[in-house]
Amino acid sequence: MSEAPPLLKLAGINTHIGPYHILQGVDLNVPRGELTMLLGRNGAGKTTTLRTIMGLWHASAGAVTFDGADITAWATPDIARAGIGYVPETMGIFSDLTVRENLLLAARSGPIDEARLHWIFGLFPALEKFWSLAAGVLSGGQKQMLSIARAMIEPRKLFLIDEPTKGLAPAIIANMIAAFRELKKSPDTTILVVEQNFLFAKSLGDAVAVMDNGRVVHAGTMAALAEDRDLQHRLLGLHLDQHQ
Amino acid sequence: MTARGTPSLPLLHRDLLPVLLVPAVALAALPLVGSFSTWVTLTLAGLAMGMIIFVIASGLTLVFGLMDVLNFGHGAFISIGAYAAATLVPALAGFLQADSLFYNLVALLALIALAMVVTGLLGYAFERVIIMPVYGQHLKQILVTVGGLIVAEQIIVAIFGPVQIPLTLPTAFRGALVFGDVAIERYRLIAVVVGLIIFAVMLLVLNRTRIGLLIRAGVENGEMVEALGYHIRRLFVGVFMAGSALAGLGGVMWGFYRELLTPAMGMDVMVLAFIVVVIGGLGSVGGCFIGALLVAVVANYTGFLAPKLALVSNILLMALILLWRSRGLYPVAKR
Amino acid sequence: MSALGGILSGNPPRGVALTLILLAILLGLALAPLLFPGMEALNVAAKICYFIVLAASYDLLLGYTGIVSFAHTMFFGIGGYGAGLALYNFGPSWGALLLGTGVALVVAVALALVIGLFSLRVRAIFFAMITLAVASAFSVLASQLSTFTGGEDGRTFRLPQALRPSFHFAAGPFTLSGRILAYYFVFAAALVLFLLLLRVVNSPFGRVLQAIRDNEFRTEALGYRIVIYRSIGNCLAAAAAALAGVLSAVWLRYTGPAVTLSFDIMLDILLMVVIGGMGTLYGAVIGAAIFVLAETYLQNVMAMISHMTAGVPLIPLIFDPDRWLLWLGVLFVLSVYFFPLGIVGRLWRK
Repeated sequence: MSEAPPLLKLAGINTHIGPYHILQGVDLNVPRGELTMLLGRNGAGKTTTLRTIMGLWHASAGAVTFDGADITAWATPDIARAGIGYVPETMGIFSDLTVRENLLLAARSGPIDEARLHWIFGLFPALEKFWSLAAGVLSGGQKQMLSIARAMIEPRKLFLIDEPTKGLAPAIIANMIAAFRELKKSPDTTILVVEQNFLFAKSLGDAVAVMDNGRVVHAGTMAALAEDRDLQHRLLGLHLDQHQ
Repeated sequence: MTARGTPSLPLLHRDLLPVLLVPAVALAALPLVGSFSTWVTLTLAGLAMGMIIFVIASGLTLVFGLMDVLNFGHGAFISIGAYAAATLVPALAGFLQADSLFYNLVALLALIALAMVVTGLLGYAFERVIIMPVYGQHLKQILVTVGGLIVAEQIIVAIFGPVQIPLTLPTAFRGALVFGDVAIERYRLIAVVVGLIIFAVMLLVLNRTRIGLLIRAGVENGEMVEALGYHIRRLFVGVFMAGSALAGLGGVMWGFYRELLTPAMGMDVMVLAFIVVVIGGLGSVGGCFIGALLVAVVANYTGFLAPKLALVSNILLMALILLWRSRGLYPVAKR
Repeated sequence: MSALGGILSGNPPRGVALTLILLAILLGLALAPLLFPGMEALNVAAKICYFIVLAASYDLLLGYTGIVSFAHTMFFGIGGYGAGLALYNFGPSWGALLLGTGVALVVAVALALVIGLFSLRVRAIFFAMITLAVASAFSVLASQLSTFTGGEDGRTFRLPQALRPSFHFAAGPFTLSGRILAYYFVFAAALVLFLLLLRVVNSPFGRVLQAIRDNEFRTEALGYRIVIYRSIGNCLAAAAAALAGVLSAVWLRYTGPAVTLSFDIMLDILLMVVIGGMGTLYGAVIGAAIFVLAETYLQNVMAMISHMTAGVPLIPLIFDPDRWLLWLGVLFVLSVYFFPLGIVGRLWRK
């Protein structure tokens, strides 16, 4: 674990959605330069946590600190501009726009960087194939790739990725693991991934945090969690080497 | 290395069936109408009327698609545009009465410019004062915009009086070009050209500019656009102003089409605009274009073939289309 | 007290101010012929009566079922035309009136069912726009089928003998003209209809409607078939509106597109319900009273102001008595922002 202060820090975050108290005091540290997995059962509040970080839902209490700045009350576009790339659970693909237009939109500072695009095509060849077609014609897995590619199209300080492997076939998941390994190679890349696929989590995670009932109930290294089967069972109800 | 083919026009991708509707209806009407020359007259009338309605309805559909705002007050901008232009007509009498296409067009352009500026500015005020407080609350939006419509119509009557104001066509716009049996009315031709120019400009802006990209993406998923770092709400006012200005433009064209201004004209056209928006699919400019032409063309054919049915033909058309595609021809907005 | 509570279906108005206002309206209407001599006052009172029913029926639709519809005046027109055409074609008898009312109810409910079912295929937003189009088409149709409906001019007809102005009924020391009897017919019917609507919204059925309005998803999850409840709500509102139309025909002895189908009337009842307070039914009472009184008497006030400011530009135009709707429109917009629960909402004490 790095000794530097965490890139992203949540302290005492509470989020209400209507009358429902979803996040009940979330404390989370996302270390710089590492891939942190956020695990937990359905309904534990993982997606709500990501959305709160992005400002799509506003915390009713607590503070979110990113790269030294308190972004708790910031508007979503400003949070994105601070250097966060967000890949939502629903992918957020614009089906009526072409693949090219989807990426163009994500490249805020102007035209798409050719070298970067080349790199992305290497990881996700399908995007090159469907470049001029409306994104709506892509398969589920390809849409997921496009969503991640959009986050990658420009250098970002932090990636927030919500369940990238949901509903995908194992072969595509293997493809995805390779892509994430590539992504990790970039210098200074910090990634926070919400996942329920434990094989995926174990093969990529450096740090891990587990949520339950709107709180983080465990935080530590992935390696430590991977060795402790009893802890795995207590926290997640099953073992990390079982995959979906 | 990178396989980038010709950029597609997303408005018409993979789903060309609706595009065939208008030509299909027109062709089907030909044997029913019987006479070719009559058919041409009816079809041109339909196209002209359709273009004007498209101009008016396009603002409505974009505003709803992008901002999720139901503006029942859109009709007010139609009337205001027309009446604003009417105030300038006396000053432009020379240009309008000259038997020169050039001078007439210049005058028309001036009238349109005035109408668009007035309605654009009013649109800004309307959006900031009346609509912004009720973003996201559909019921309240319907209520306050209807209220705005009432107030606007009353103010028009207060200023101009409740009587109808005739609006004579500029000299060179009157009459028709005659080819043998077939008469093509000049003003209708002009309306079609104006409509096509506006459609082309809209397509250009939407498909070739970054703002257009933002609008199209925002219509589909505004939240994601924000998450990509864009302050999309700053676009709202601009789009609303554009929509209001287009309504003003449409008002001027409609006033000349009917050669008459009435305080309730906005309301009448607005109902048609709503039907078109529903048929076309909320948020779709292409759907709006096809829908407008369809509604107008069908209205003209039924007006000739079965006059009693003409005014309900819109409803029947809308019902039929909704039975085929329950969210309109090209439903873009994911709501 | 419990008997009164029963009549009011267990939902009496709460708060002194509110109760006083409603009581004043009730007494004013009940004693109108005595308190306010002259035909104009009686006209105003009768108009308030049947507009209360119409506005309350719209509140059932908008405030309780949560459906935004611009086609409500259609049902009002069906009622008016039903009664009017029956009296016109079959002669001025109670039988004709009954027949016309019956047919009107059947047509109104059937139409409400069709529209309701259609609304299921499309989303609520579409539905509002579609009702706008349907209402305008219906209005045009009524004007066009002039041999049947009398076209733009409508139909005048005579009422059953007891309700005619020339009729005189001696009851002890009082002599009541048919006109007064007609008034009390309208008043009594309006009162009964209002109380019935109150009963509907305070019944278990009504509570389910409100649950659907507040949280459709959850109510459906609890096992209630939304479709059925909404359809019934739709039909009840349509039926009540049609009956209001019958009352208007009886009072005016006239039916026509201008007084029943015009979009202005639709806007009027929208104003009444919103200003009075949506989802309260009592709001419809207050809203209707305010609106009709303003329509008649506010104009006099405005004429005065217009006269006083004669020299100033623009001001006299805005205060021209014909522009009373402008001010009501402004009041309407302000009330949506600042009094979303309407006057009743403001005065209701929990």
